[in-house]
Amino acid sequence: MNIRISLSVNGESCELLVPVHKTLLEVLREDLDLIGTKHGCELGECGTCTVLVDGAPVLSCIALPADLQEREITTVEGMADGARLHPLQQAFAELGAAQCGYCTPGILLTAKALLADDPAPTRQRIREALAGNLCRCTGYTKILDAVELAALRTTSDSPTVGRRSPAEAPRREI
Amino acid sequence: MTKRFSVIGQPLPKIDAWGKVIGETRYTDDLVLPRMAFGKLLRSPHAHARIRGMDTTRARAVPGVYAVITGADLPRVKFGILPVSQDEEALCTDKVRMVGDAVGAVAAVDEETADRACRLIEVDYEPLPALMSIQESLAHPEVRIHEYGDGPNVHKNVALQFGDVEAAFAAADLVREDVFFYEGNTHLPMEQHAAVAHATADGKLTLWSSTQTPHYVHRLLAKILDMPAAHIRVIAAPVGGGFGGKLDPFAHEIAACRLSQLIGRPVKIACTREEVFYIHRGRHPVLMWIKTGFTRAGDITGCHLKTWLDGGAYGSYGVASTFYTGVINPVTYKMPVYKFEGARIFTNKPPCGPKRGHGTPQPRFALEVQLDKAAEQLGLDPADMRRRILVEPFTKTANHLTVTTIGLGECIDKVVDASGWRDKASRYRAAAEVETRKPLWQPRRRRGVGIACSSYMTGAGTAIYWNSMPHSGVVLRADRSGGVTVLCGATDIGQGSDSILAYLVAEVLGLDPKDVHVHPADTSLTPVDLGSYSSRVTLMCGQAAIQASERLRAAIFKAVAARLGVDAATLAARDRKVGVPDDWDKAVDFAQAVELGEAMHGVLAFAGSYAPPKRAGKYKGGGVGPSPCYSYSACVVELSVDEDTGEVELHDVWIAHDIGRALNPLLVEGQVEGSVYMGIGEAVMEAQVFRKNVHKAPSMLEYKSPTTLETPEIHTMLVETDDPEGPFGAKEAGQGPLLPVMPAIANAIYQAVGVRVDEIPITAEKVLKGLELKRQGKTARVGPDRVPLFTFKQPLVVESAFGAPADAIAVRPFADDGS
Repeated sequence: MNIRISLSVNGESCELLVPVHKTLLEVLREDLDLIGTKHGCELGECGTCTVLVDGAPVLSCIALPADLQEREITTVEGMADGARLHPLQQAFAELGAAQCGYCTPGILLTAKALLADDPAPTRQRIREALAGNLCRCTGYTKILDAVELAALRTTSDSPTVGRRSPAEAPRREI
Repeated sequence: MTKRFSVIGQPLPKIDAWGKVIGETRYTDDLVLPRMAFGKLLRSPHAHARIRGMDTTRARAVPGVYAVITGADLPRVKFGILPVSQDEEALCTDKVRMVGDAVGAVAAVDEETADRACRLIEVDYEPLPALMSIQESLAHPEVRIHEYGDGPNVHKNVALQFGDVEAAFAAADLVREDVFFYEGNTHLPMEQHAAVAHATADGKLTLWSSTQTPHYVHRLLAKILDMPAAHIRVIAAPVGGGFGGKLDPFAHEIAACRLSQLIGRPVKIACTREEVFYIHRGRHPVLMWIKTGFTRAGDITGCHLKTWLDGGAYGSYGVASTFYTGVINPVTYKMPVYKFEGARIFTNKPPCGPKRGHGTPQPRFALEVQLDKAAEQLGLDPADMRRRILVEPFTKTANHLTVTTIGLGECIDKVVDASGWRDKASRYRAAAEVETRKPLWQPRRRRGVGIACSSYMTGAGTAIYWNSMPHSGVVLRADRSGGVTVLCGATDIGQGSDSILAYLVAEVLGLDPKDVHVHPADTSLTPVDLGSYSSRVTLMCGQAAIQASERLRAAIFKAVAARLGVDAATLAARDRKVGVPDDWDKAVDFAQAVELGEAMHGVLAFAGSYAPPKRAGKYKGGGVGPSPCYSYSACVVELSVDEDTGEVELHDVWIAHDIGRALNPLLVEGQVEGSVYMGIGEAVMEAQVFRKNVHKAPSMLEYKSPTTLETPEIHTMLVETDDPEGPFGAKEAGQGPLLPVMPAIANAIYQAVGVRVDEIPITAEKVLKGLELKRQGKTARVGPDRVPLFTFKQPLVVESAFGAPADAIAVRPFADDGS
């Protein structure tokens, strides 16, 4: 059975006719071409499919779009401000926090919700906030570092603070 | 000679990082083609059964179904990744050998319809006895899983001996015999395997797949589909994590191809998470017996290792895995004589294969825990003992492997210093002697530190199929914009191989990595690279990229030299310019240099090739183990153990890794941290185990792996040894650092509470059992105490090459003379 729903995703509203049991993850990927949100475990365990609903992390693989009408849904495609990356995206790229990158969108959005709630979280608080997002590549170290860096930049109002830039690194000799 | 680098050694972002953080990267499941159909596989519910018949009538009748296929719709040919183990069928025809074996496939208008139709395929199974362990398979030779191998249900039986081990044991002050078991576990990449196949009207076929080995898939598809390889194109899409789990050709890839050929539409098959657990090819469960002789000072006089591998239902990489459980151990410590016997046994479980560390973490666990036990008996500090018995650089091991540089001594020093090992080891050891006096309601926790070391190869010295061609190739094209395009078969699985190619080319040509466009892993466009396995990509693709870059640079220098009226040998390329360093004002822009080059030579396109030095030991089996160079790691773990629950909490991991040279320290650290993380999961949490023939935990909910909360702070230190075999001296980083983690944890647990768990994973239950034995005054050891009754082959006896100097000049095919 199909139902008509209206969703607001990344600030754009859309009308859709979808099977009633189709998950938010499937609607985002298949009907709205928002492929940045990924399948991970299909049962709400790994956090890979995380999106934000009214700013709070929601597992899109076990969410039904019909329940989310008139709510604001944010996917990874909605994080950047036009061509300007979100500080979290910038920091994740700079610090190597995305290896295979498959879990990255879910982690970025979970971290975004954390920073909205606590702009200067401790490392332990970041660990707790991200405990529902599995990453099999990084050992989480660079992810924690990147969230810390993004928080630092946001709170200090300086987009380049803490950058491990090539120019600053010492030249090596052999 | 002093050499300055501009790109190498810098903590640059990966070139593909930007696409990944905005969600733009297209993994295989993100590909959508016009008119694309969706496929599903029907998998066996039986662990072992004969297929008496199949009926697809009802499935075909479902509206929206385009095609239903069984094994009868594919050429009758068996395949396997290794030429010696051609034992798989994409869709089984006569027999299934595990739960999850594919028997049929459907293509339909959508996934749901395909799934529904799959369930309507009728299969008449005659169940056969299922053999679910090494012991069962050996006890029931009358039940045969395969008709080939080295005996009933024995896939491979190997025995190698280098020198007289019995004499070595007779000369020892201490001889230890220990038995260990390492349970299997799986890769668990975040991305499930997926494939999109597109057979076109001209009779050609393109496959996009989440594979780590597009070249091998390409070769095998030609055989499996019985069509010319020249008409098949395999493209590896960006891979969402591999760890060795995407190295074989798989049923879903082959079924997608065949279905697409039949229906004239593109077909996508995306596996579910449960299917990925059954696809497996992960860590072999290995039972090990290890006997080692030691002198009073801690020197090893000789070592004898026996391994029994639970291979699962198919060969996969198993023959190589079997050798790897034996051949890498001698690369770390001086082991003058060595004997290795190994056997891989077929069982009715998903096939095991290569997972990060491929066959070496299991014997590494055995060796490093045994060393710890020996150090205690000999009254030696386990760090000092290891430090004094390290292999000498540029020598050969007993089993004829050539060690080049070895930075393990420095690695040990670094982790010992950074962790405060000396202070903590003695303090915690002393504390372990004292009984805890605390009220019952307070947690009684004891701290411990443990150390272990390891080594791993930087690329397999031989290819999977015997040939004399390059293992890696690069084609480099310069264009008039000043940009450079790299074509290379390398597959980026998240480790950063695309970025490494860009960095190396940029370094040689004096460009910014952004000026380099990398086109990887497409069998129609890119020269062959064998694949992302055995930690070979940075070294092999890297050397090929450097060679191609140097050839391009030489052509450009010749043209610029003519323009400037100088000797080409005086020119340098840096900061996107080419000129004479002492007269840099006259330097020309790189784009202009390319134009001069094109005017002189025509199109500027150059190839680079790499094959490893020919150093295989001259004996049968000598082809597994040689590598251009070996990486080394040392690891200290600090943890605490709850004496009431047996729960282990990790606090800190210090790891130092001999990387040769860190081409990008950020990426190296990332590989080391990821390896440590995965090792922690194996050590204390993960297990691929079965109950009533089915996987006990085939979901991410039930298969526990570490989250941010179980992962401790990881302190990474890099040691650079500038290896002559590596690109700018680099060695591998992706696998070796996993190896010392498990034994370091086991050794730390022993130090904390005096319990030896000689079995992986070390669960709270096992620790608790050990604590209970200790309270009862019994030996506080949990682990296997017997080995199977099994006759290994008569060993091939070869003279030990231990301590012989490395060959002065290794013959490296395709190398430029004098460069």
